[in-house]
Amino acid sequence: MRAVTVVGGSLAGLTATRALRDQGFDGRIVVVGDELHTPYDRPPLSKEFLAGTQSVDDLALTTPEDTELAAEWRLGRRATALDAAERTVVLDDGERIVADAVVLATGARARPLPGPMPAGVHVLRTLDDAVALRADLVPGARLVVVGAGFIGSEVASTAAGLGLDVDFVANGAVPLERALGADVGRFCAGLHAAAGVRLHTGCGVAGVVGSDRVTAVRLTDGRELPADVVVVGIGALPNVEWLAGSGLALDDGVVTDSAGATSLPSVVAVGDCANSHRSYTGGMLRLEHWTNAVQQPVGAVAALLGRVHTPAPHHEVPYFWSDQYGHRVQFAGHRTPDCQVEIVEGDPAAADFLALYLDPSGSPVAVLGVDRARSFGRMRRRLGDRLTVAT
Amino acid sequence: MIYVGAVSDIPDGEAVKVQGSVPIAVFHVEGRLYAIDDTCTHQDASLADGWVEGCAVECPLHAACFDLRTGLPSGPPAKKAVRTHAVVVSDGEIWVEESVAVEPRFPVGAGASEHA
Repeated sequence: MRAVTVVGGSLAGLTATRALRDQGFDGRIVVVGDELHTPYDRPPLSKEFLAGTQSVDDLALTTPEDTELAAEWRLGRRATALDAAERTVVLDDGERIVADAVVLATGARARPLPGPMPAGVHVLRTLDDAVALRADLVPGARLVVVGAGFIGSEVASTAAGLGLDVDFVANGAVPLERALGADVGRFCAGLHAAAGVRLHTGCGVAGVVGSDRVTAVRLTDGRELPADVVVVGIGALPNVEWLAGSGLALDDGVVTDSAGATSLPSVVAVGDCANSHRSYTGGMLRLEHWTNAVQQPVGAVAALLGRVHTPAPHHEVPYFWSDQYGHRVQFAGHRTPDCQVEIVEGDPAAADFLALYLDPSGSPVAVLGVDRARSFGRMRRRLGDRLTVAT
Repeated sequence: MIYVGAVSDIPDGEAVKVQGSVPIAVFHVEGRLYAIDDTCTHQDASLADGWVEGCAVECPLHAACFDLRTGLPSGPPAKKAVRTHAVVVSDGEIWVEESVAVEPRFPVGAGASEHA
């Protein structure tokens, strides 16, 4: 193997590039990224960066040692097609990059509200998004956050801390209901309420009001929430449309096995764009988690190079974290709707607890910690051990 | 010198946190004691809450690994080393000598994660 093209210049693409060199590949590596920025860390975009306590420099993922990767970067360039038979990636300027293998790490993008939007309506996925949003988050401004997932929850938290007047619109009964379940979602609702954020549950957005600039958000129940700024956090879509017709199996992302191998030889997919088989759940999952983007490429690159990679058992347990209102929320495992939540340490009323998600047989399948990093870490490993025993 | 506690206060594989000019974590690994800066150099997390394996601690947030003897990260996501500090045991009591005092990155009490 003499040349590898990595399509995607963010965390998963950079990790894949590092993994190629770490695992002894000394051929040509071309990395294609559709943003002009060198790789940066996205999680702080809704937290420290938005709050102004981290700078663009703090976000940089690359280090001086990364120059030793000797990768050729094509930044600000978008891949438009994959010729799988020739393992050729075609870019938007017509360049054709021929290689022996291709790593797909194109990530996901923020799902927008349909139709054209007036100024002041934001999504938050990229550094440019965050810079634009930060300029609008002035103390006293009225912010409406649409969508009660992680982006919405963290933006509401950060904005409340910056002194904005925040309305938070959730189509479920509580925030983070899908990710964390109703019980923990109720706890999260309490955090928002305690910070003075007004939570509007069980309603969607009927429309955004404003000609040049947004003035209000109209809800499906007929109410209008006045707004100077709106953040839409209603999920992300995998960037895989460009792969249509390539022969790759696509289904909410690029379909892969647990090692990241796709339906085509010498093509692997990793990170947010990959809908992969997960040994932890025994099923397919597309994970938009930071940790997945730093772990999955290592195994996928090993598969490309014909090496054996055995991840630590606890790395097989899906993991994510969120910071809200000064509290650190950590979750590992996989929650199903029939799980029961059991508080095993601490007290949700004190915003300091560890909870287990028990499947109908009473066996723990996921763990959630709020400001309980130490015991959370131990339970996360126990979930990994459970996997080892089960397989 | 910063007083940490009695040797018996830190079970093997565990750590305690003490306050120097910045928080410092003191680890007990198989009869040896190590002191390093407690805050991960990648993002705000307490290494005392991390997982100890051999002479390394894994950050509880992003799994950055630091060598307890040298403070060096074993790879991404951490880019910078944590400082290491001398540990002195006298009459069963643990003391830490902070290597070079530094300005706290955030004002004490403000908390780096207040608006995280």
